[in-house]
Amino acid sequence: MKQKLIVIGAGMASGRALEHLLDTAPDAYDVTLFNAEPRGNYNRLMLSPVLSGEKTYEEIVTHDADWYEARGVTCRFGEKILKIDRERKVVISENGETPYDKLVLGMGSNPFIIPLPGHDLEGVIAYRDLEDTNRMIELGAKPGARAVVIGGGLLGLEAAAGLKARGVDVTVVHIMGHLMERQLDEAAGYLLRKALVDRGITVMCSANSKEIVGENGHVKALMLDDGTELPCDLLVMAVGIRPAIALGKDNGLAVGRGIHVDDQMITSDPDILALGECVEHDGAIFGLVAPLYDQAKVVAKTLLGEPAKFVNKEVSTKLKVTGCDLFSAGDFAEGETREDIVFRDPSRGVYKRLVIEDNKIVGAVMYGDTADGTWFYNLIKDGEDISEMRETLIFGPAYQGGAASDPLAAVAALPADAEICGCNGICKGQIVTAIEGGAHTLEDVRAQTKASGSCGTCTGLVEQVLAVTLGDEFVMPTSKSICGCTDLTHEDVRRLIKSSELQSQPAVWQELGWSTPNGCHVCRPAINYYLLADWPLEYQDDPQSRFVNERNHANIQKDGTYSVVPRMWGGITTPAELRAIADAADKYNVPTVKVTGGQRIDLLGVRKEDLPAMWYDLNQAGMVSGHAYSKGLRTVKTCVGSDHCRFGTQDSTGLGIKLEKLLWGSWTPHKVKLGVSGCPRNCAESTCKDVGIICVDSGYEVSVAGAAGMDLKETEALAKVATEQEAIDVTTAYIQIYRENAKYLDRGYKWVAKVGLDWVKAQVVDDLDNRKALIERFELSQTIYRKDPWAAHAAPEEAPKFAPLADLTLEAAE
Amino acid sequence: MSWLDIGALEDIPLRGARIVKTTLGCVAVFRTSEAEVFATSDRCPHKGGPLSEGIVHGKSVTCPLHNWVFSLETGTAQGADEGQIDTFETKVEAGRILLDAARLTKQAAA
Ligand code: SRM
Ligand SMILES: Cc1cc2nc3c(=O)[nH]c(=O)nc-3n(C[C@H](O)[C@H](O)[C@H](O)COP(=O)(O)OP(=O)(O)OC[C@H]3O[C@@H](n4cnc5c(N)ncnc54)[C@H](O)[C@@H]3O)c2cc1C
Ligand code: SF4
Ligand code: FES
Repeated sequence: MKQKLIVIGAGMASGRALEHLLDTAPDAYDVTLFNAEPRGNYNRLMLSPVLSGEKTYEEIVTHDADWYEARGVTCRFGEKILKIDRERKVVISENGETPYDKLVLGMGSNPFIIPLPGHDLEGVIAYRDLEDTNRMIELGAKPGARAVVIGGGLLGLEAAAGLKARGVDVTVVHIMGHLMERQLDEAAGYLLRKALVDRGITVMCSANSKEIVGENGHVKALMLDDGTELPCDLLVMAVGIRPAIALGKDNGLAVGRGIHVDDQMITSDPDILALGECVEHDGAIFGLVAPLYDQAKVVAKTLLGEPAKFVNKEVSTKLKVTGCDLFSAGDFAEGETREDIVFRDPSRGVYKRLVIEDNKIVGAVMYGDTADGTWFYNLIKDGEDISEMRETLIFGPAYQGGAASDPLAAVAALPADAEICGCNGICKGQIVTAIEGGAHTLEDVRAQTKASGSCGTCTGLVEQVLAVTLGDEFVMPTSKSICGCTDLTHEDVRRLIKSSELQSQPAVWQELGWSTPNGCHVCRPAINYYLLADWPLEYQDDPQSRFVNERNHANIQKDGTYSVVPRMWGGITTPAELRAIADAADKYNVPTVKVTGGQRIDLLGVRKEDLPAMWYDLNQAGMVSGHAYSKGLRTVKTCVGSDHCRFGTQDSTGLGIKLEKLLWGSWTPHKVKLGVSGCPRNCAESTCKDVGIICVDSGYEVSVAGAAGMDLKETEALAKVATEQEAIDVTTAYIQIYRENAKYLDRGYKWVAKVGLDWVKAQVVDDLDNRKALIERFELSQTIYRKDPWAAHAAPEEAPKFAPLADLTLEAAE
Repeated sequence: MSWLDIGALEDIPLRGARIVKTTLGCVAVFRTSEAEVFATSDRCPHKGGPLSEGIVHGKSVTCPLHNWVFSLETGTAQGADEGQIDTFETKVEAGRILLDAARLTKQAAA
């Protein structure tokens, strides 16, 4: 008599196993196929093209009724197996018992539903089968329909793109910082996000879902933990899958994360085999079909008593969203001694990265141009030694050589009326005319057209116009790039961040062709500053791109302890503040208390763990961070002024305090220090500060660009004004124009020397509209940054971050 | 290997670090990308700078005191500087960070 074979689950894996089995030995078994879904085998991967309308369900069916009939397979579709009785060798469904000699488990996996409040509302679905797909297609038929997809992985994005193609307004909510973080690095994630946003999908990263809001039992909106409400008619959760192990576990098979199988795909019961997403093999579980097809071959052979062995191989991933070409294979996570090869072509939106270890490729990510994906995938799979082709490897099998993208081509393509010099309103055509009329050097062009003669940030562009117009006759001066990660100068990068509206670090790395995955300690702090200065509302400051002092809001000392300097506005303090400082010094065993050169008090030698508590105590006494550590506003030194001094002409102390309260918290290219003296005797040493104000009988003399550090430099007169408000306005506008234009780590005096004081005067003193606009932009930025970082970090949920992650010395003692 | 669960992946900021105290001194645990973690000794061989406070870039860290750069994989100083820091095996499983504490707890156990 024929052996009875029962297969549970008509899935991708079991379907393939049946093909192999019935092709090789059509008469070996009497097969009964159970499936919980009311249909037979179809290509689950192709649900996404069905959703987007590129295919129909009929086109993705792999085995139709004729197929099963021709092979004598008994189909029991829509019938779920509830129990297995291994003693008696029967499976049990609602319709009763069916006996087996051999059993194959192929139950796949269950979508994971985050148990948020409201997860059981009507309209909350997963993305796994045809039913889910049809729910989404139906939604598309409703005008003005809205959907939220939780999960920015492969499935979530295919769901979102499909919904969008059906005309649904879609928002993707992703908890991690970039999309598909398991397959993509940040740069590729950025490009993908850009492509999805371009097609009208809203993408929210680093977004944490809090609650699903319903109405009459139906989903109405998703609420995030920051209070944002995203209204929706359907909520798709695509946050991961869990192997369907219940049948195995309840019936005593060995399980871990999946049902345990050996190399022959046999479970702990010799008559039961398992394959697909429900199994665990050698510690691994599965989520893509490629290895499942290998398992299917092994299952067929094992059932026929032939020797076979399953070996798990590397997998590669592609996203099935038309127009988003991405490819990822191999491993980016842990490992020893790895290196990166990065290639970017911003103009084509191409990004490629290879991860190399021991002269072998272990991982590859590419976006935009994935033609070579399979080639790299094979190199990874075969563990090929690539040392011979290392130099040209990233260009793919065609070895096209390194035709780097040409920045000059972009300039050559600009039309004649493209504005080159924003300050003076000079277009490309005018510059070309001047060059053709004999101006063959930068200086000549500058003299004749004024282009690049003001703030100077377009100098590189003017030189490129010279190069394009004159060809070999013009030798480009070599300018200093920021660091080894890029060929661009600080000025280029500042200009491009503004003109190309680059609002995130991955945008800068990709669009400007960085050669490293995420910069280095030299460029990252500069880029972080440029982004927050130019896009205060759009860009989120990144503490991990800051020097330790600005991250820990204190100055690190040579022994790893910190110094803490509270603000003393304009150098004025009170007995209560002094008492609080003394108390803090006692409480936290501060070894040194020093009066600084900036008219305030420094507590030196504080342990990192103690910082939040100390800040809390100082906050309670009304004191905030003095930013003695920042590239930002430091101190405003004042003298006693007209309040007390017999020579004082104006309230220099009061003005100093007003300025400090206005300017504190702002980030600047380098530190900024102010001094306000009540008369020309200048007891506040105002004439060697970044901004120095000297009060006189008739008003205020505002001077800028002084220094008394490595260089000693007297300030230069910027303006003489009559009122205190004007002095404040001119100062604010000056600081903002410095913030917007200077190179990172250029102190004010160095920057002014580059652009010329006359230009600065024209912008902030003479042009009143511009002064006003600068002040408005400064104020806008301050709505974000005029906040005490100590208060933020002393908060109970933040403070533990200053303590060690774990203490193994205690562990050992226990 | 003796894997110890030392905390959740999100406890370390992306491109940041936290320290773990051990009887052999502090170990710096770095997170270089969404799910990649490295552990090294926290002490810079130059003048003892706390490496966990450095800027993390690629798979390297820059010491906060005088900018020496170390590979987090090999522990070797990069460029012209010469120096070596200890490295320890780590892995990430189900969002938890596991540290191989074999060398770190040995002394305490003895
Ligand atoms: C605490 C203080 C010395 C003191 O005990 O008085 C001090 C301490 C440091 N100064 Fe200063 N400077 C201090 C007033 C000054 C002054 C005087 C002043 O502000 O009137 C100057 C000259 C004025 C000037 O800035 O032009 C000054 C010019 C510098 C320089 C050179 C800057 C330059 O552009 O040339 C540096 C190096 C740097 O910033 O790159 C520096 C750097 C430093 C650093 C932050 C070194 C560092 O990077 O670690 C020192 C931190 C020590 C620590 O561990 O806390 N410090 N430093 C003063 C803090 C003032 C405050 O209350 O915030
Ligand atoms: C929309 C979508 C797109 C995808 N795209 C890709 C891709 O591009 N590339 C890729 O490699 N992978 C992709 N996948 C993953 C791939 O589909 C799965 O890895 C694969 O389907 C798993 O095969 P399986 O046979 O283990 O399980 P399944 O194909 O899920 O089949 C399991 C079947 O068992 C049935 N079943 C479960 N329990 C019982 C029971 N007790 N009794 C009876 N029947 C039961 C289920 O109803 C189901 O029909 C995608 C998945 C989805 C949902
Ligand atoms: S003068 Fe030099 S040693 Fe003194 S505090 Fe300033 S930076 Fe440090
Ligand atoms: S202590 Fe690390 S570089 Fe000096």
